[in-house]
Amino acid sequence: MNSVVCIKQVPDTETLIKIDGSGTGIVTDGVKWVMNAYDEFAVEEALKQKEKAGSGTVGIVSLGPDRAIEAIRTALAMGADTGVHIADADFYAKADPYATAAALAAAVKGLQFDALWVGKQAIDDDCGQVPAILGEMLGLPVVTMVIKFEAAGGKATVTREIEGGQAVLEVPLPAIFSAQKGLNEPRYASLPGIMKAKKKPVDVKKAADLGVSQAPMTTIKSMTLPPARQAGKKIEGDDAETKAKALAKALHDEAKVI
Amino acid sequence: MPGTLIVAEVQKGEIKKAAYEIASKAKAMGGEVAAVIVGSGVAALAPNLAKFGADKIFVVDAPDYKDYVTEAYVQAVAAVVDKVKPSVILVAASAQGKDLTPALAARLKVGSISDVVDLNLEGAKVVAKRPMYAGKAYVMVEAAADPQIISVRPNSFSAKEAAGAGAVENVAVALDASKIKIAVKSVEIAATKEPDQTEAEIIVSGGRGMKGPENFVMLEELAKVLGPTATTGASRAAVDAGWRGHSYQVGQTGKTVSPNLYIAAGISGAIQHLAGMGTSKVIVAINKDPEAPIFTKADFGVVDDLFKVIPALTAEVKAIKG
Repeated sequence: MNSVVCIKQVPDTETLIKIDGSGTGIVTDGVKWVMNAYDEFAVEEALKQKEKAGSGTVGIVSLGPDRAIEAIRTALAMGADTGVHIADADFYAKADPYATAAALAAAVKGLQFDALWVGKQAIDDDCGQVPAILGEMLGLPVVTMVIKFEAAGGKATVTREIEGGQAVLEVPLPAIFSAQKGLNEPRYASLPGIMKAKKKPVDVKKAADLGVSQAPMTTIKSMTLPPARQAGKKIEGDDAETKAKALAKALHDEAKVI
Repeated sequence: MPGTLIVAEVQKGEIKKAAYEIASKAKAMGGEVAAVIVGSGVAALAPNLAKFGADKIFVVDAPDYKDYVTEAYVQAVAAVVDKVKPSVILVAASAQGKDLTPALAARLKVGSISDVVDLNLEGAKVVAKRPMYAGKAYVMVEAAADPQIISVRPNSFSAKEAAGAGAVENVAVALDASKIKIAVKSVEIAATKEPDQTEAEIIVSGGRGMKGPENFVMLEELAKVLGPTATTGASRAAVDAGWRGHSYQVGQTGKTVSPNLYIAAGISGAIQHLAGMGTSKVIVAINKDPEAPIFTKADFGVVDDLFKVIPALTAEVKAIKG
Protein backbone atom coordinates (compact mmCIF):
# COMPACT_ATOMS: atom_id res chain seq x y z
CA MET A 1 0.00 0.00 0.00
CA ASN A 2 1.63 3.21 -1.17
CA SER A 3 0.49 6.50 0.22
CA VAL A 4 1.41 10.14 -0.19
CA VAL A 5 0.51 12.64 2.52
CA CYS A 6 0.33 16.40 1.96
CA ILE A 7 1.15 18.26 5.15
CA LYS A 8 1.39 21.87 6.26
CA GLN A 9 3.41 23.49 8.99
CA VAL A 10 1.22 25.84 11.06
CA PRO A 11 1.46 27.85 14.29
CA ASP A 12 0.81 25.75 17.39
CA THR A 13 -2.75 26.19 18.68
CA GLU A 14 -1.41 27.94 21.81
CA THR A 15 -0.21 30.82 19.63
CA LEU A 16 -1.45 34.28 20.49
CA ILE A 17 -2.15 35.90 17.12
CA LYS A 18 -0.73 39.39 16.41
CA ILE A 19 -1.02 41.21 13.10
CA ASP A 20 2.16 42.17 11.26
CA GLY A 21 3.13 45.44 9.55
CA SER A 22 1.62 44.44 6.21
CA GLY A 23 -1.82 44.25 7.81
CA THR A 24 -2.60 41.00 6.01
CA GLY A 25 -0.53 38.46 7.94
CA ILE A 26 0.59 37.52 11.42
CA VAL A 27 3.72 38.25 13.40
CA THR A 28 5.78 35.07 13.16
CA ASP A 29 8.49 35.95 15.72
CA GLY A 30 8.30 33.60 18.63
CA VAL A 31 5.71 31.37 16.98
CA LYS A 32 6.14 27.66 17.66
CA TRP A 33 5.64 25.85 14.34
CA VAL A 34 4.15 22.38 14.30
CA MET A 35 2.63 19.93 11.86
CA ASN A 36 -1.07 20.73 11.30
CA ALA A 37 -3.07 18.60 13.77
CA TYR A 38 -5.27 17.02 11.07
CA ASP A 39 -2.19 16.16 8.99
CA GLU A 40 -0.90 14.10 11.91
CA PHE A 41 -3.97 11.87 11.56
CA ALA A 42 -3.28 11.64 7.82
CA VAL A 43 0.37 10.63 8.34
CA GLU A 44 -0.60 8.09 11.00
CA GLU A 45 -3.19 6.47 8.75
CA ALA A 46 -0.74 6.20 5.84
CA LEU A 47 1.80 4.52 8.16
CA LYS A 48 -0.83 2.18 9.61
CA GLN A 49 -1.97 1.09 6.15
CA LYS A 50 1.59 0.40 5.05
CA GLU A 51 2.19 -1.69 8.19
CA LYS A 52 -1.04 -3.57 7.70
CA ALA A 53 -0.25 -4.36 4.07
CA GLY A 54 3.29 -5.40 5.01
CA SER A 55 4.78 -3.41 2.15
CA GLY A 56 4.66 -0.05 0.48
CA THR A 57 5.92 3.48 0.92
CA VAL A 58 4.75 6.68 2.56
CA GLY A 59 5.81 9.90 0.85
CA ILE A 60 5.39 13.35 2.35
CA VAL A 61 4.79 16.53 0.34
CA SER A 62 4.73 20.01 1.80
CA LEU A 63 4.62 23.54 0.45
CA GLY A 64 6.14 26.17 2.69
CA PRO A 65 9.18 28.31 3.44
CA ASP A 66 12.48 26.77 4.58
CA ARG A 67 11.17 26.13 8.10
CA ALA A 68 8.54 23.68 6.73
CA ILE A 69 11.32 21.06 6.44
CA GLU A 70 10.89 20.54 10.20
CA ALA A 71 7.33 19.31 9.71
CA ILE A 72 8.53 16.98 6.94
CA ARG A 73 11.28 15.64 9.25
CA THR A 74 8.66 15.07 11.95
CA ALA A 75 6.63 12.95 9.53
CA LEU A 76 9.78 11.07 8.48
CA ALA A 77 10.59 10.50 12.15
CA MET A 78 7.11 9.03 12.63
CA GLY A 79 8.06 6.53 9.93
CA ALA A 80 7.42 8.04 6.49
CA ASP A 81 10.00 7.15 3.85
CA THR A 82 10.61 10.14 1.62
CA GLY A 83 9.79 13.83 1.38
CA VAL A 84 9.24 16.51 -1.21
CA HIS A 85 9.61 20.06 0.03
CA ILE A 86 8.31 22.77 -2.26
CA ALA A 87 10.53 25.31 -0.53
CA ASP A 88 9.26 28.48 -2.06
CA ALA A 89 8.62 31.32 0.36
CA ASP A 90 7.50 33.73 -2.37
CA PHE A 91 4.99 31.35 -3.91
CA TYR A 92 3.78 30.31 -0.45
CA ALA A 93 3.30 33.89 0.75
CA LYS A 94 0.78 34.60 -2.01
CA ALA A 95 -0.74 31.15 -2.31
CA ASP A 96 -4.45 30.68 -1.67
CA PRO A 97 -5.96 27.17 -1.55
CA TYR A 98 -6.14 27.00 -5.35
CA ALA A 99 -2.47 27.89 -5.88
CA THR A 100 -1.46 25.61 -2.99
CA ALA A 101 -3.34 22.71 -4.55
CA ALA A 102 -1.72 23.43 -7.94
CA ALA A 103 1.75 23.18 -6.40
CA LEU A 104 0.91 20.04 -4.41
CA ALA A 105 -0.75 18.41 -7.44
CA ALA A 106 2.35 19.01 -9.56
CA ALA A 107 4.59 17.47 -6.89
CA VAL A 108 2.27 14.51 -6.33
CA LYS A 109 1.95 13.71 -10.05
CA GLY A 110 5.38 12.12 -10.20
CA LEU A 111 4.71 9.83 -7.23
CA GLN A 112 3.14 6.38 -7.01
CA PHE A 113 0.25 6.04 -4.59
CA ASP A 114 -2.95 4.19 -3.83
CA ALA A 115 -4.11 6.78 -1.32
CA LEU A 116 -3.37 10.48 -1.20
CA TRP A 117 -3.98 11.81 2.30
CA VAL A 118 -4.58 15.39 3.40
CA GLY A 119 -5.76 16.83 6.71
CA LYS A 120 -9.38 18.01 6.53
CA GLN A 121 -8.21 21.58 6.95
CA ALA A 122 -5.17 23.52 8.07
CA ILE A 123 -5.77 25.09 11.44
CA ASP A 124 -4.19 28.39 10.39
CA ASP A 125 -6.28 29.59 7.45
CA ASP A 126 -9.10 27.09 8.10
CA CYS A 127 -10.15 26.95 4.43
CA GLY A 128 -10.53 23.18 4.02
CA GLN A 129 -10.44 23.43 0.22
CA VAL A 130 -7.24 21.71 -0.83
CA PRO A 131 -8.56 18.10 -0.87
CA ALA A 132 -11.38 18.99 -3.29
CA ILE A 133 -9.17 21.06 -5.59
CA LEU A 134 -6.53 18.31 -5.67
CA GLY A 135 -9.27 15.89 -6.72
CA GLU A 136 -10.26 18.08 -9.64
CA MET A 137 -6.67 18.73 -10.72
CA LEU A 138 -5.61 15.08 -10.47
CA GLY A 139 -8.91 13.65 -11.76
CA LEU A 140 -9.34 11.46 -8.67
CA PRO A 141 -12.33 10.87 -6.39
CA VAL A 142 -12.20 12.61 -3.02
CA VAL A 143 -13.65 11.53 0.31
CA THR A 144 -13.45 14.23 2.98
CA MET A 145 -13.82 13.93 6.78
CA VAL A 146 -12.66 10.33 6.96
CA ILE A 147 -12.91 8.71 10.42
CA LYS A 148 -12.39 5.06 9.42
CA PHE A 149 -10.44 3.53 6.55
CA GLU A 150 -9.97 0.02 5.21
CA ALA A 151 -8.36 -0.95 1.93
CA ALA A 152 -8.62 -4.27 0.12
CA GLY A 153 -8.58 -5.46 -3.48
CA GLY A 154 -7.94 -2.07 -5.05
CA LYS A 155 -10.84 -0.49 -3.18
CA ALA A 156 -11.26 1.41 0.04
CA THR A 157 -14.23 1.25 2.36
CA VAL A 158 -14.33 4.45 4.35
CA THR A 159 -16.54 6.01 6.96
CA ARG A 160 -16.92 9.77 6.79
CA GLU A 161 -18.42 12.13 9.31
CA ILE A 162 -21.56 13.84 8.08
CA GLU A 163 -23.94 16.19 9.84
CA GLY A 164 -25.56 14.32 12.70
CA GLY A 165 -24.05 10.97 11.79
CA GLN A 166 -21.80 9.07 9.42
CA ALA A 167 -21.80 7.55 5.96
CA VAL A 168 -19.96 4.49 4.69
CA LEU A 169 -18.60 4.79 1.15
CA GLU A 170 -16.77 2.55 -1.24
CA VAL A 171 -14.22 4.08 -3.58
CA PRO A 172 -11.76 2.60 -6.08
CA LEU A 173 -8.08 3.41 -5.53
CA PRO A 174 -6.19 5.59 -6.18
CA ALA A 175 -8.23 8.24 -4.43
CA ILE A 176 -7.85 11.24 -2.15
CA PHE A 177 -8.88 11.21 1.51
CA SER A 178 -9.06 14.00 4.06
CA ALA A 179 -8.47 13.03 7.67
CA GLN A 180 -10.78 14.07 10.48
CA LYS A 181 -10.10 13.74 14.20
CA GLY A 182 -11.22 10.31 15.40
CA LEU A 183 -9.51 8.45 12.53
CA ASN A 184 -6.66 7.25 14.75
CA GLU A 185 -4.21 8.24 17.49
CA PRO A 186 -1.08 9.68 15.89
CA ARG A 187 2.14 8.10 17.17
CA TYR A 188 5.01 10.10 18.58
CA ALA A 189 8.33 10.05 16.81
CA SER A 190 10.76 7.76 18.63
CA LEU A 191 14.37 8.73 19.27
CA PRO A 192 15.70 6.18 16.73
CA GLY A 193 13.00 7.45 14.38
CA ILE A 194 14.30 11.00 14.74
CA MET A 195 17.88 9.83 14.08
CA LYS A 196 16.82 7.86 11.00
CA ALA A 197 14.73 10.74 9.67
CA LYS A 198 17.86 12.86 9.28
CA LYS A 199 19.15 10.46 6.61
CA LYS A 200 15.91 10.02 4.68
CA PRO A 201 15.79 11.70 1.28
CA VAL A 202 13.94 15.00 0.88
CA ASP A 203 13.64 16.44 -2.59
CA VAL A 204 13.73 20.24 -2.42
CA LYS A 205 12.14 22.18 -5.25
CA LYS A 206 10.76 25.58 -6.20
CA ALA A 207 7.24 25.89 -7.62
CA ALA A 208 8.78 26.86 -10.96
CA ASP A 209 10.82 23.62 -11.01
CA LEU A 210 7.46 21.82 -11.00
CA GLY A 211 6.18 24.04 -13.80
CA VAL A 212 3.70 25.75 -11.48
CA SER A 213 2.92 29.43 -11.85
CA GLN A 214 -0.72 29.35 -10.72
CA ALA A 215 -1.85 32.81 -9.54
CA PRO A 216 -4.06 32.86 -6.44
CA MET A 217 -7.82 32.99 -7.09
CA THR A 218 -8.57 34.83 -3.85
CA THR A 219 -6.71 37.61 -2.07
CA ILE A 220 -6.61 38.69 1.55
CA LYS A 221 -7.15 42.46 1.65
CA SER A 222 -6.78 43.03 5.37
CA MET A 223 -6.62 41.26 8.70
CA THR A 224 -8.08 42.36 12.02
CA LEU A 225 -8.30 40.98 15.50
CA PRO A 226 -11.75 40.27 16.91
CA PRO A 227 -13.01 42.90 19.35
CA ALA A 228 -11.81 42.06 22.84
CA ARG A 229 -14.51 40.73 25.13
CA GLN A 230 -14.74 42.18 28.59
CA ALA A 231 -15.56 40.22 31.67
CA GLY A 232 -19.20 40.88 32.47
CA LYS A 233 -21.30 40.46 35.54
CA LYS A 234 -20.59 38.09 38.42
CA ILE A 235 -23.84 36.51 39.54
CA GLU A 236 -23.88 36.73 43.33
CA GLY A 237 -26.00 34.81 45.81
CA ASP A 238 -25.87 32.85 49.04
CA ASP A 239 -26.05 29.45 47.41
CA ALA A 240 -26.07 27.75 44.02
CA GLU A 241 -29.89 27.78 43.79
CA THR A 242 -30.08 31.54 44.36
CA LYS A 243 -27.37 32.13 41.78
CA ALA A 244 -29.10 29.87 39.25
CA LYS A 245 -32.32 31.81 39.77
CA ALA A 246 -30.55 35.15 39.30
CA LEU A 247 -28.79 33.84 36.19
CA ALA A 248 -32.03 32.63 34.60
CA LYS A 249 -33.62 36.01 35.32
CA ALA A 250 -30.65 37.88 33.82
CA LEU A 251 -30.71 35.74 30.67
CA HIS A 252 -34.44 36.23 30.30
CA ASP A 253 -34.98 39.87 31.32
CA GLU A 254 -31.63 41.49 30.62
CA ALA A 255 -29.94 39.57 27.81
CA LYS A 256 -33.26 38.35 26.36
CA VAL A 257 -31.69 35.15 25.02
CA ILE A 258 -34.07 32.68 26.68
CA MET B 1 -26.36 44.30 -9.56
CA PRO B 2 -25.70 40.99 -11.28
CA GLY B 3 -27.41 37.86 -10.05
CA THR B 4 -26.77 35.57 -7.15
CA LEU B 5 -27.36 31.83 -7.08
CA ILE B 6 -27.91 30.21 -3.72
CA VAL B 7 -27.53 26.49 -3.17
CA ALA B 8 -30.34 25.35 -0.88
CA GLU B 9 -29.53 22.26 1.18
CA VAL B 10 -32.18 19.77 2.20
CA GLN B 11 -31.80 17.68 5.32
CA LYS B 12 -34.33 15.30 6.80
CA GLY B 13 -36.90 16.35 4.20
CA GLU B 14 -36.67 20.06 4.95
CA ILE B 15 -34.80 23.01 3.55
CA LYS B 16 -32.21 24.01 6.09
CA LYS B 17 -32.61 27.29 7.92
CA ALA B 18 -29.13 28.26 6.72
CA ALA B 19 -30.46 28.21 3.14
CA TYR B 20 -33.09 30.81 4.04
CA GLU B 21 -30.37 32.88 5.68
CA ILE B 22 -28.28 33.03 2.50
CA ALA B 23 -31.40 33.63 0.37
CA SER B 24 -32.25 36.61 2.60
CA LYS B 25 -28.73 37.96 2.29
CA ALA B 26 -28.80 37.53 -1.50
CA LYS B 27 -32.12 39.40 -1.63
CA ALA B 28 -30.69 42.21 0.52
CA MET B 29 -27.69 42.55 -1.81
CA GLY B 30 -30.07 43.27 -4.71
CA GLY B 31 -30.19 41.82 -8.21
CA GLU B 32 -31.93 38.65 -9.24
CA VAL B 33 -31.87 35.79 -6.76
CA ALA B 34 -31.86 32.28 -8.16
CA ALA B 35 -31.86 29.16 -6.02
CA VAL B 36 -31.00 25.57 -6.76
CA ILE B 37 -32.26 22.62 -4.80
CA VAL B 38 -30.86 19.14 -5.41
CA GLY B 39 -32.23 15.89 -4.03
CA SER B 40 -34.70 13.07 -4.44
CA GLY B 41 -38.34 13.98 -3.82
CA VAL B 42 -37.51 17.60 -3.01
CA ALA B 43 -39.56 19.41 -5.68
CA ALA B 44 -42.43 20.18 -3.30
CA LEU B 45 -40.08 22.18 -1.07
CA ALA B 46 -39.17 24.67 -3.82
CA PRO B 47 -41.94 27.25 -3.18
CA ASN B 48 -40.63 27.80 0.36
CA LEU B 49 -37.57 29.49 -1.12
CA ALA B 50 -39.75 32.11 -2.83
CA LYS B 51 -40.84 33.33 0.60
CA PHE B 52 -37.25 34.27 1.36
CA GLY B 53 -36.58 36.15 -1.83
CA ALA B 54 -35.87 33.59 -4.57
CA ASP B 55 -36.99 34.87 -7.98
CA LYS B 56 -36.16 31.64 -9.79
CA ILE B 57 -35.93 28.22 -8.26
CA PHE B 58 -34.21 25.43 -10.15
CA VAL B 59 -35.08 21.95 -9.02
CA VAL B 60 -32.83 19.00 -9.78
CA ASP B 61 -34.92 16.14 -8.48
CA ALA B 62 -33.98 12.54 -9.28
CA PRO B 63 -33.29 9.28 -7.43
CA ASP B 64 -29.59 9.77 -8.27
CA TYR B 65 -29.46 12.44 -5.58
CA LYS B 66 -31.02 10.47 -2.74
CA ASP B 67 -27.72 10.38 -0.87
CA TYR B 68 -25.18 13.16 -1.06
CA VAL B 69 -22.33 12.25 -3.39
CA THR B 70 -19.96 15.12 -4.12
CA GLU B 71 -19.50 14.43 -7.83
CA ALA B 72 -23.22 14.04 -8.59
CA TYR B 73 -24.12 17.22 -6.70
CA VAL B 74 -21.28 19.14 -8.35
CA GLN B 75 -22.58 18.14 -11.77
CA ALA B 76 -26.15 19.12 -10.84
CA VAL B 77 -25.24 22.53 -9.46
CA ALA B 78 -22.75 23.19 -12.27
CA ALA B 79 -25.52 22.55 -14.82
CA VAL B 80 -27.67 25.21 -13.13
CA VAL B 81 -24.71 27.61 -12.89
CA ASP B 82 -24.37 27.21 -16.65
CA LYS B 83 -28.00 28.28 -17.14
CA VAL B 84 -28.06 31.13 -14.62
CA LYS B 85 -24.53 32.48 -15.10
CA PRO B 86 -24.55 34.12 -11.67
CA SER B 87 -21.79 36.45 -10.59
CA VAL B 88 -22.08 35.30 -6.98
CA ILE B 89 -22.82 31.82 -5.61
CA LEU B 90 -23.68 31.39 -1.93
CA VAL B 91 -23.66 28.02 -0.18
CA ALA B 92 -24.27 27.41 3.53
CA ALA B 93 -21.05 26.26 5.20
CA SER B 94 -22.66 23.18 6.71
CA ALA B 95 -20.80 19.86 6.66
CA GLN B 96 -22.24 19.19 3.20
CA GLY B 97 -21.67 22.76 2.02
CA LYS B 98 -18.03 22.63 3.08
CA ASP B 99 -17.58 19.51 0.99
CA LEU B 100 -19.49 20.78 -2.03
CA THR B 101 -18.23 24.37 -2.30
CA PRO B 102 -14.53 23.85 -3.08
CA ALA B 103 -15.37 20.93 -5.40
CA LEU B 104 -17.86 23.07 -7.33
CA ALA B 105 -15.39 25.97 -7.52
CA ALA B 106 -12.61 23.69 -8.75
CA ARG B 107 -14.95 22.31 -11.44
CA LEU B 108 -15.68 25.87 -12.56
CA LYS B 109 -11.94 26.64 -12.39
CA VAL B 110 -12.33 29.47 -9.91
CA GLY B 111 -11.51 29.93 -6.25
CA SER B 112 -13.91 30.02 -3.34
CA ILE B 113 -14.03 31.71 0.04
CA SER B 114 -14.76 29.45 3.00
CA ASP B 115 -16.91 29.91 6.08
CA VAL B 116 -17.72 33.59 5.64
CA VAL B 117 -19.42 35.48 8.50
CA ASP B 118 -20.19 38.74 6.69
CA LEU B 119 -20.19 40.02 3.14
CA ASN B 120 -20.54 43.35 1.45
CA LEU B 121 -20.71 44.49 -2.12
CA GLU B 122 -18.21 46.98 -3.47
CA GLY B 123 -19.47 47.53 -7.00
CA ALA B 124 -19.70 44.06 -8.50
CA LYS B 125 -17.12 42.65 -6.05
CA VAL B 126 -18.00 40.83 -2.91
CA VAL B 127 -15.76 41.57 0.03
CA ALA B 128 -16.10 38.64 2.40
CA LYS B 129 -15.15 38.58 6.05
CA ARG B 130 -13.97 35.25 7.41
CA PRO B 131 -12.23 33.95 10.51
CA MET B 132 -8.77 32.42 10.51
CA TYR B 133 -7.00 30.61 13.35
CA ALA B 134 -10.48 29.48 14.50
CA GLY B 135 -11.49 33.09 15.11
CA LYS B 136 -8.30 34.49 16.64
CA ALA B 137 -8.20 36.78 13.58
CA TYR B 138 -10.51 37.90 10.79
CA VAL B 139 -9.63 38.63 7.18
CA MET B 140 -11.36 40.48 4.37
CA VAL B 141 -11.10 38.42 1.18
CA GLU B 142 -11.93 39.03 -2.48
CA ALA B 143 -12.21 36.56 -5.32
CA ALA B 144 -10.41 37.34 -8.58
CA ALA B 145 -13.10 36.17 -10.98
CA ASP B 146 -16.81 35.45 -11.36
CA PRO B 147 -18.58 33.45 -10.21
CA GLN B 148 -17.48 34.52 -6.74
CA ILE B 149 -18.20 31.38 -4.74
CA ILE B 150 -18.70 31.77 -1.03
CA SER B 151 -19.68 29.40 1.73
CA VAL B 152 -21.47 31.24 4.51
CA ARG B 153 -21.35 30.16 8.12
CA PRO B 154 -24.82 29.40 9.49
CA ASN B 155 -26.25 32.02 11.90
CA SER B 156 -24.31 34.83 10.19
CA PHE B 157 -27.43 36.40 8.69
CA SER B 158 -31.01 36.24 9.79
CA ALA B 159 -33.63 34.62 7.60
CA LYS B 160 -36.19 37.31 6.77
CA GLU B 161 -39.32 36.66 4.81
CA ALA B 162 -39.40 38.77 1.64
CA ALA B 163 -41.28 37.45 -1.35
CA GLY B 164 -39.42 36.76 -4.57
CA ALA B 165 -40.99 36.01 -7.96
CA GLY B 166 -40.59 32.29 -7.23
CA ALA B 167 -40.73 30.82 -10.73
CA VAL B 168 -39.96 27.10 -10.43
CA GLU B 169 -38.11 25.28 -13.18
CA ASN B 170 -37.31 21.58 -13.18
CA VAL B 171 -33.90 20.82 -14.59
CA ALA B 172 -33.03 17.39 -15.96
CA VAL B 173 -29.27 16.95 -15.65
CA ALA B 174 -27.60 14.32 -17.81
CA LEU B 175 -25.21 12.94 -15.21
CA ASP B 176 -21.83 11.77 -16.45
CA ALA B 177 -21.90 8.50 -14.51
CA SER B 178 -18.36 7.61 -15.54
CA LYS B 179 -17.08 10.32 -13.21
CA ILE B 180 -19.08 9.10 -10.22
CA LYS B 181 -16.65 6.66 -8.64
CA ILE B 182 -17.97 6.69 -5.10
CA ALA B 183 -20.75 4.36 -3.98
CA VAL B 184 -22.70 5.08 -0.79
CA LYS B 185 -23.03 1.86 1.21
CA SER B 186 -24.94 3.18 4.19
CA VAL B 187 -25.91 6.42 5.89
CA GLU B 188 -26.59 6.64 9.57
CA ILE B 189 -28.08 9.82 10.96
CA ALA B 190 -29.19 10.11 14.56
CA ALA B 191 -32.94 10.53 14.88
CA THR B 192 -32.46 13.53 17.17
CA LYS B 193 -33.89 16.86 16.12
CA GLU B 194 -31.04 18.68 17.85
CA PRO B 195 -29.43 21.22 15.53
CA ASP B 196 -25.75 20.96 14.64
CA GLN B 197 -23.51 23.02 16.94
CA THR B 198 -22.67 25.40 14.08
CA GLU B 199 -26.35 26.16 13.54
CA ALA B 200 -27.70 26.06 17.08
CA GLU B 201 -28.88 29.28 18.71
CA ILE B 202 -28.03 28.01 22.17
CA ILE B 203 -25.17 25.69 23.14
CA VAL B 204 -24.69 24.17 26.57
CA SER B 205 -21.09 22.99 26.68
CA GLY B 206 -19.23 20.90 29.21
CA GLY B 207 -15.53 20.53 30.00
CA ARG B 208 -13.22 18.69 32.33
CA GLY B 209 -15.32 19.89 35.27
CA MET B 210 -18.11 17.55 34.16
CA LYS B 211 -16.03 14.72 35.69
CA GLY B 212 -17.41 11.96 33.48
CA PRO B 213 -19.55 11.08 30.45
CA GLU B 214 -22.62 10.23 32.54
CA ASN B 215 -22.93 13.82 33.77
CA PHE B 216 -23.55 15.23 30.29
CA VAL B 217 -27.17 14.08 30.68
CA MET B 218 -27.53 17.12 32.91
CA LEU B 219 -26.46 19.42 30.07
CA GLU B 220 -28.75 17.62 27.64
CA GLU B 221 -31.65 18.23 29.99
CA LEU B 222 -30.86 21.92 30.22
CA ALA B 223 -30.56 22.14 26.42
CA LYS B 224 -33.90 20.39 26.09
CA VAL B 225 -35.76 22.89 28.26
CA LEU B 226 -34.06 25.76 26.41
CA GLY B 227 -35.91 24.65 23.29
CA PRO B 228 -35.45 23.03 19.86
CA THR B 229 -32.73 25.48 18.79
CA ALA B 230 -30.47 24.39 21.66
CA THR B 231 -27.87 21.67 21.66
CA THR B 232 -24.87 20.52 23.67
CA GLY B 233 -21.15 20.94 23.08
CA ALA B 234 -17.88 19.96 24.73
CA SER B 235 -14.36 21.19 25.29
CA ARG B 236 -11.35 19.39 23.89
CA ALA B 237 -10.54 18.03 27.35
CA ALA B 238 -13.94 16.32 27.53
CA VAL B 239 -13.60 14.92 24.00
CA ASP B 240 -10.03 13.71 24.48
CA ALA B 241 -11.14 11.98 27.69
CA GLY B 242 -13.63 10.08 25.56
CA TRP B 243 -16.69 11.55 27.31
CA ARG B 244 -18.18 13.03 24.12
CA GLY B 245 -17.70 12.36 20.41
CA HIS B 246 -15.53 14.72 18.38
CA SER B 247 -18.57 16.15 16.59
CA TYR B 248 -19.37 17.92 19.88
CA GLN B 249 -15.98 19.61 20.22
CA VAL B 250 -15.96 23.40 20.17
CA GLY B 251 -12.63 25.12 19.56
CA GLN B 252 -9.62 25.24 17.29
CA THR B 253 -9.53 21.53 16.43
CA GLY B 254 -13.30 21.26 16.62
CA LYS B 255 -16.14 23.49 15.55
CA THR B 256 -16.17 27.27 15.59
CA VAL B 257 -19.58 28.40 16.80
CA SER B 258 -21.42 31.66 17.18
CA PRO B 259 -24.74 31.06 18.97
CA ASN B 260 -26.90 33.65 20.73
CA LEU B 261 -26.17 31.98 24.04
CA TYR B 262 -23.16 29.86 24.98
CA ILE B 263 -23.17 28.26 28.41
CA ALA B 264 -19.74 26.92 29.45
CA ALA B 265 -20.00 24.50 32.35
CA GLY B 266 -16.78 23.30 33.94
CA ILE B 267 -14.71 24.69 31.07
CA SER B 268 -11.59 26.58 32.13
CA GLY B 269 -11.27 28.46 28.83
CA ALA B 270 -8.07 27.46 27.03
CA ILE B 271 -7.08 29.81 24.20
CA GLN B 272 -8.16 27.20 21.62
CA HIS B 273 -11.63 26.98 23.15
CA LEU B 274 -12.06 30.74 23.50
CA ALA B 275 -11.15 31.14 19.81
CA GLY B 276 -13.91 28.73 18.84
CA MET B 277 -16.76 30.38 20.75
CA GLY B 278 -15.58 33.97 21.28
CA THR B 279 -18.12 35.48 18.90
CA SER B 280 -21.13 34.05 20.74
CA LYS B 281 -23.58 36.84 21.52
CA VAL B 282 -23.92 36.05 25.22
CA ILE B 283 -21.46 33.85 27.12
CA VAL B 284 -22.23 32.32 30.51
CA ALA B 285 -19.48 30.64 32.54
CA ILE B 286 -20.18 28.28 35.40
CA ASN B 287 -17.04 27.14 37.20
CA LYS B 288 -15.88 26.48 40.74
CA ASP B 289 -12.54 28.15 40.06
CA PRO B 290 -12.90 31.96 40.18
CA GLU B 291 -9.53 32.27 38.38
CA ALA B 292 -10.66 30.28 35.31
CA PRO B 293 -9.80 32.31 32.14
CA ILE B 294 -13.33 31.72 30.82
CA PHE B 295 -14.59 34.37 33.28
CA THR B 296 -12.62 37.08 31.45
CA LYS B 297 -14.80 36.50 28.37
CA ALA B 298 -18.12 35.73 30.03
CA ASP B 299 -21.02 38.17 30.12
CA PHE B 300 -22.38 36.35 33.15
CA GLY B 301 -20.20 34.37 35.51
CA VAL B 302 -21.29 32.01 38.24
CA VAL B 303 -18.57 30.86 40.61
CA ASP B 304 -20.05 27.73 42.12
CA ASP B 305 -20.43 23.98 41.80
CA LEU B 306 -21.91 23.25 38.39
CA PHE B 307 -23.51 20.08 39.75
CA LYS B 308 -25.76 22.30 41.85
CA VAL B 309 -26.10 25.26 39.46
CA ILE B 310 -27.09 23.34 36.29
CA PRO B 311 -30.06 21.40 37.75
CA ALA B 312 -31.29 24.56 39.51
CA LEU B 313 -30.93 26.51 36.27
CA THR B 314 -32.83 23.81 34.37
CA ALA B 315 -35.70 24.01 36.89
CA GLU B 316 -35.70 27.79 36.72
CA VAL B 317 -35.74 27.92 32.90
CA LYS B 318 -38.60 25.43 32.95
CA ALA B 319 -40.50 27.71 35.30
CA ILE B 320 -39.84 30.80 33.15
CA LYS B 321 -40.90 29.04 29.97
CA GLY B 322 -44.03 27.83 31.75
